[in-house]
Amino acid sequence: MPAAPERLPASLPAQLLSFGEQLRDEGVPVGTSELLDCFAALSQVSWTSQADFKEALAATLAKSPEDRRTFERVFDRFMFRAVEAQAIDPEMSERIGEGAAASMQDLSAGELEALREQIAAALAQGSQGALRDLALLAIAAFSREAEGSGVIGVDVQRIRRALGLRAEQQPEDPTRPGVSREALRRFEALLREELERAQARRAQRLPPARPLNELDRALPSGPLADLAAVHRVVTQLRRRLATQGMQARGQRRHAHVDVRRTMRASLQTGGVPVELKFRPRRPRRPEIYVLCDISTSVTSASVFFLSVLHALHDAFRKMRSFVFIERVSEVTDIFEHERDFRTISEKIGKDAGVADISGYTDYGRVFSEMLELVQDDLHPRATLIVLGDARTNGRDPRADLFGQLAARAGRTFWLNPEPRLYWNYGDSVIAAYERHCTAFECWTTAQLEDFVKALTKPVTQAL
Amino acid sequence: MESTAPRTIAEVEEGLRAAGYLPNRATALVSHLAVTLGKPVLVEGPAGVGKTELAKALSTMLQRQLIRLQCYEGLDEAKALYEWNYRKQLLRIQASEGEQQTAWESLQEDIFGEEFLLTRPLMRAIASEQPVVLLIDEIDKTDQEFEAMLLEVLSDFQISIPELGVVKARTQPVVVLTSNNSRELTEALKRRCLYLWLDYPELEQELAIVRLHAPDLSETVARRLVELVGMVRDLDLKKPPSIAESIDWARALLLLGAKDIDATLFTETMSVIVKHRTDMDIVAERVGVKLAEQPEAATVDAGGT
Repeated sequence: MPAAPERLPASLPAQLLSFGEQLRDEGVPVGTSELLDCFAALSQVSWTSQADFKEALAATLAKSPEDRRTFERVFDRFMFRAVEAQAIDPEMSERIGEGAAASMQDLSAGELEALREQIAAALAQGSQGALRDLALLAIAAFSREAEGSGVIGVDVQRIRRALGLRAEQQPEDPTRPGVSREALRRFEALLREELERAQARRAQRLPPARPLNELDRALPSGPLADLAAVHRVVTQLRRRLATQGMQARGQRRHAHVDVRRTMRASLQTGGVPVELKFRPRRPRRPEIYVLCDISTSVTSASVFFLSVLHALHDAFRKMRSFVFIERVSEVTDIFEHERDFRTISEKIGKDAGVADISGYTDYGRVFSEMLELVQDDLHPRATLIVLGDARTNGRDPRADLFGQLAARAGRTFWLNPEPRLYWNYGDSVIAAYERHCTAFECWTTAQLEDFVKALTKPVTQAL
Repeated sequence: MESTAPRTIAEVEEGLRAAGYLPNRATALVSHLAVTLGKPVLVEGPAGVGKTELAKALSTMLQRQLIRLQCYEGLDEAKALYEWNYRKQLLRIQASEGEQQTAWESLQEDIFGEEFLLTRPLMRAIASEQPVVLLIDEIDKTDQEFEAMLLEVLSDFQISIPELGVVKARTQPVVVLTSNNSRELTEALKRRCLYLWLDYPELEQELAIVRLHAPDLSETVARRLVELVGMVRDLDLKKPPSIAESIDWARALLLLGAKDIDATLFTETMSVIVKHRTDMDIVAERVGVKLAEQPEAATVDAGGT
């Protein structure tokens, strides 16, 4: 039997448009054609089933994993607020509140056990709708026993403990069906959401809609735990470097006909040169010098920077890497001999010997040493990249030395892991250096991509 | 053919299941939308989560022919759309050399006819009499120019050939594009597609998949296997094991007649799911050790409770 999708409620289009608007505000590219698709899709699914409704929206509106993540958050926020706006209506809330409370007033031990089992079963099956209902039940049941602490996080843990839900180490333990960590986390998130909702209901007003935290979507900043995430970004980067080379080649493909290869190819077609062969254009492989700050002020970023270095080493043959804190040390060899990232970062930590006494970055000294090291090798076709936060700890920045370095190199870039907002505050002297180079803020993958574009762009005045 | 097309999401789910593919709800939903709305689907996700299999299952379910275009760096129109058969054209010209000069007009029309056209996958999919499923595999391996060329095919289902005119699709193909997300695709391409993100399946679902493909493997071993694979995936590996590799491993264990997966068996058969030397070291170190001490932990736990 064909499904007769329910007619969409009249207010839905307006709601969806405002949802699209919110997505745009968070940086998801939602165009008119996406919204049209979205309406077409919704006419095919039953919009009363929340999971289907959401998936249909996601399939048409969010078209990359990052967008999908943003979508999830915006969707939750949107739905939460929409429902709340209705629930604040006092009559409505009273009815809901008392209904739940009355039915849960007295929970005998047997009923509690039943609830526990139900929740465990729902967790194992992973049905979101059923879990939400059970979370509501649990909250109603336990908020009777003792008043809520007022702190949502505490309440969540209290309810979880009271239910006897534990992340099981031994899932094959036959006596009690185990609950996976993942499922438990999901349940806790639901509890939290419902508690927030109850709080909003008590307060009779909505918490202000806050934009999603920009930093939530920033680069993974923790140490080695997030290495896998960094690696994914870097693999992408490497791939892009390769295809961008291709692109540059494509644009200039029609430059030179390779007469010899064309003649040879024409032999197959009786001497008629039907297929022109062009001389291949090699992508620009610049000579790169990278200076990377590995001091403590950029700890979170330096893991990321080191892995970028790692990727760059694969993409560019002629490349020299230096790390610095107080002094400079060349690490090109380490990168060339080691393939494993973990070993590389360990070796650099052990052998580089860049910290002297204080462990604070000394840009002045670093640039003077650097100048001595490479001034004879730098030439106009070389590219110099500095990765660092330009925080001198009150020491002399010696921008003049940096200027000399930049003058010898063809192009100079500075990647700063701090948001532009913090630049030139405190001991940050990026402005002094920026006169000699192009500075990029680089703390999200998108910003890194911008930089890669600038780096691989063919330079016209050189050559 | 219309009669075989499923009309509800549940039917799509059922159909894919019958084709040997266990979809989650989102997959079934998007497949349903793709068939009913006639929009291309862009499927992204890590390698080996069944992106290509989805297209195959769709073709089985819809009883349509599957036309596959495998993308690679440097793929161009001549290999994807159509190409003039130069040699045949030349032969034709040479064969007519003795004829009257006036024959040139007709000859010119003749050599740019369909007879001299070599059709490539995209053209075949468009021109096919029967509706087909078109799989454009690993679209992220091509360059952006190729993507731009696809736009005409994907939005209007037509191909312009300067000498022949526009070839329109006779039937609406179901188009599946897959990408490993190694390169950001252009907005224009994404705009024309529905988007489906496939990730590694949840434990229960993967268990069902493994049981489907290795039905003789006992429930407990299969569960253990899926758990282990999940554990391995959580490690920071160069190449995490895919679903296909879980299935391979299940079949290998079946062949060995394994009753349970212990530390020795794990290290012996690990190479089925882990394919880098450095990865193997990590896995042996983390998972292998855990396996070795697990029986002990179990007894301690049992004693405690």
